[in-house]
Amino acid sequence: MPFMSVKFNLQKRVKLAQGLWMFYWLSVIVGISIFSLGIFFKIELRKRSEVMDNSESHLVPNLLILVGMLACGLNAFGGKMCHDALDPIKFSKMKPMLKPFMLLSCGFSMLLLLVALLCFLMQFSIYLTLAEGLKNTIRFYKDTDTPGRCFMKRTLDITQIEFRCCGNNNFRDWFEVQWISNRYLDMSNDVVKDRVLSNVEGKYLMDSVPFSCCNPGSPRPCIQHHLTNNSAHYDYDHRTEELNIWTRGCREAVFSYYSSIMTSIGVLIIITIILESMDVAGLKYLSTSLETMTDPENPECESEGWLLEKGFKETFADVLTKLKTLGRANQVQEGGDAPEVSPP
Amino acid sequence: MTLLKMKFNQQRRVRLAQGLWLMSWLAVTGGAFIFCLGVYLKTELLRRDEVMENAEIHVVPNILMMVGLASMGTNWVASRVCQDSLDVSRFPRWKVPLLAWFAMAALLCCLLLTVVVLSYALQGSLEDSLKVGLRNGIRFYKDTDVPGRCFQKETIDRLQMEFRCCGNNNFKDWFEVQWVSSRYLDFTSQEVKDRIRSNVDGRYLLDGVPFSCCNPASPRPCLQNHLTDSRAHYNYEYQSEELNLYSRGCRQALTDYYMGLMNSTGPGVLSLFSCVQMSVLLSMRYLQTAVEAAIASENPEGESEGYLLDKGVKETYQDVRAKVLGLLKFGQVDPSEDASGAAEGAKTADTEKAATPTPAS
Repeated sequence: MPFMSVKFNLQKRVKLAQGLWMFYWLSVIVGISIFSLGIFFKIELRKRSEVMDNSESHLVPNLLILVGMLACGLNAFGGKMCHDALDPIKFSKMKPMLKPFMLLSCGFSMLLLLVALLCFLMQFSIYLTLAEGLKNTIRFYKDTDTPGRCFMKRTLDITQIEFRCCGNNNFRDWFEVQWISNRYLDMSNDVVKDRVLSNVEGKYLMDSVPFSCCNPGSPRPCIQHHLTNNSAHYDYDHRTEELNIWTRGCREAVFSYYSSIMTSIGVLIIITIILESMDVAGLKYLSTSLETMTDPENPECESEGWLLEKGFKETFADVLTKLKTLGRANQVQEGGDAPEVSPP
Repeated sequence: MTLLKMKFNQQRRVRLAQGLWLMSWLAVTGGAFIFCLGVYLKTELLRRDEVMENAEIHVVPNILMMVGLASMGTNWVASRVCQDSLDVSRFPRWKVPLLAWFAMAALLCCLLLTVVVLSYALQGSLEDSLKVGLRNGIRFYKDTDVPGRCFQKETIDRLQMEFRCCGNNNFKDWFEVQWVSSRYLDFTSQEVKDRIRSNVDGRYLLDGVPFSCCNPASPRPCLQNHLTDSRAHYNYEYQSEELNLYSRGCRQALTDYYMGLMNSTGPGVLSLFSCVQMSVLLSMRYLQTAVEAAIASENPEGESEGYLLDKGVKETYQDVRAKVLGLLKFGQVDPSEDASGAAEGAKTADTEKAATPTPAS
C-alpha cells in the first residue's frame, strides 16, 4: 500500500508542477544568499585575523560557499525538470535521471545538516582562537617596529574602539604587559627605573590603559593613567567609576559578534534543509503521478502519486535486504552449486 | 513648417508605443532610485545634525525626493497613455491631461538640472554651517551636566573617531577652549590656579586634546597632554610629529564626505535619468501627434505623420506668448469696449483656443 498517496487529475498535476517550479527557484535564491553569507563571513574573519593570530579556521565559510553553489546548481536543474515534466516527450527523456537526482538531493540535505552542525560547533573553536590571539596581540602591542607585528597596535586599537571593549577579559590585562615600547622610555629617569626594577622580568608595567579603551559616553575627560590610584585624580574613586573606560573584555565582545553571525547562518541552513526536503517530496509526487497515468495518450486522465511505493516499514526492510545482497554479491552460495556439480 | 516630421505607419506606431511603455517603466524605476538616493542623503545629513548650524543644505535631498516621487507618478501615467494609445476609443480622453503631462515632464528635467547645480553651489553654505556647529560643539564639550548639551561630548568624540579628524580646522582649536569641566578640577592645586590666572576669562586652558583625536596608526602610544612641550615626553619633537594625532580638521573631513556623496551620485545618475526622461518626453510627443493624426484621418490604421512642433520654433514661441498674454488680459477690463462685448469676445477666443489643436504644449 503506497505511503501517503494522493489522487491527481490534470489540473492538480499542473498546479503541482508550477508550485514546485516556484519552490525550486526560491531554493535557488536561498542558495545564492548562503553563498553570499559565506563570502561575507570569510571577509569578516579575514578582517580580524590579526587578533586571532592568523590561525582561525576557514572551514565553515569555505563549506558555505561550496554548499551555496551546489544548492544553486541542483535547484536550478530541479526547476528545469519541473518545467519539462508536463511535456510527455521531455518527461520520458528525463525519467532515468529522476532517481539519481532525488538521491543526490537527499545526499545534499545530509551535507547541509553537517554544515549546520558545524556552524554551531565551530563557535567553540573561534572562542579558543580568540582567547589565544588576543593574549598575543596585547603582548605584541608595543612591537610596532618588528616586521610582521607592525600593525598589531593599530588593529587592536581599532578593534577596541569598534567593539567597545578593553583587554582580553577586562582592562586589567593591560596592567600585566608592557605596552609602551622601550624606544619611548627614558631609561635614565628614576620613575622608569623604579618600575622596571619592580618586577622579575624587567618590564615597564603601569596601571594604565591605551586610549582606545576610553568610553566617549563618560561625562568626564578620559582617565587613562594611574587608574587604581584615587589620589592621582580629583574626585575619582576607581571602585565606583564605571563609565570612564569600557568594562567589557574584547574576547566576549568579538565572540558574541561572530557567534551571532554563525547562529543566524545555522538557522538559515536549517530552513534550507526543510525547503530541500519539501522539494524532493514534491518531485517524488510529481514523478509518480506522471508515471502512473492510466492512459498515457490522454493527458486528462487520473493518476496517483505517493512518497513511497510500499509502506514505510516494508520499504525499510527492502532497503536492508538490498544492502545485504550487495555485500554478498561475490560470495559463493553454498547450497546452490551442489545440484549442478553432482553428476546425473 | 513642422519641426522634425516623421512618417508612421500602424506597425511603427505600435512599436513606438511598446518602446515608450518599456522606457516609461525604466524611468519609474529610475525615479524610485532617485527617491531612495534622496532619502539616504537626508538621513546622512540628519545623523550629523548636531554639528550643523543651519539646514540650508537639506534643500538638495528634499528636491531629490520630490523629483523621485513626481517622476514615478509621471512616468506611470505615461505607461497608461501608451497602453491606451492604440485603442481609438480610449485615446482621445488623454488629450487635455497630456498638456499637463508635458509641462510636468519638462519641469522635472529642469529640477534635476537645478539639483546638480545646487549640490555644487551649496558647498560654501555647508562649510559655514559646519564651522559654526563644530565651534559650538567644541565649546560645549565640557558641559555634560547642562540639559540640552549633555551629549555634545559623546557626539564630538564619536565624530572625531569616525571621520578621523580633530578640532574645527586642526587640533589647535582645542587649545583655545576649556574642554575639561570645572567639576573635575582641583582648585586648590597650584598648577590649576596658575593656568586659570594665565588668561583674561579665567578658563583652564591647556595644550592638550581629548582622547578621540588620537590616531591608532601611530607607532607610539598616544600623547595627549603637553603637546607643544618637546621636553615633556621622551624622544618627542613637536614640530615633526605627524602620526600622533589626526591632522585633518573635522570641518574639512565632513565637507569632503558630503561633497563626495553628492558629487559621485549627482552628475552620473541625474544626467542619465534626465536623458531617459527627455527621451520619454520626445517619444510621447511623437506618439501623441501620430496617433491624433491617424484618428483624425479617414483610415485609423493607415499612415500618419508625427512631429515635435506644429510650426517652427519661433512661430510656436510667438503663438504661446500671444496666448499667455491673452490669458493675462482676460481678467483686465478693456475701457474702450463694452463689458458684454468684452465677455463675448473672450468667449469666442476661448472656443477658438479649444478648437485648434495646441501646437506647443
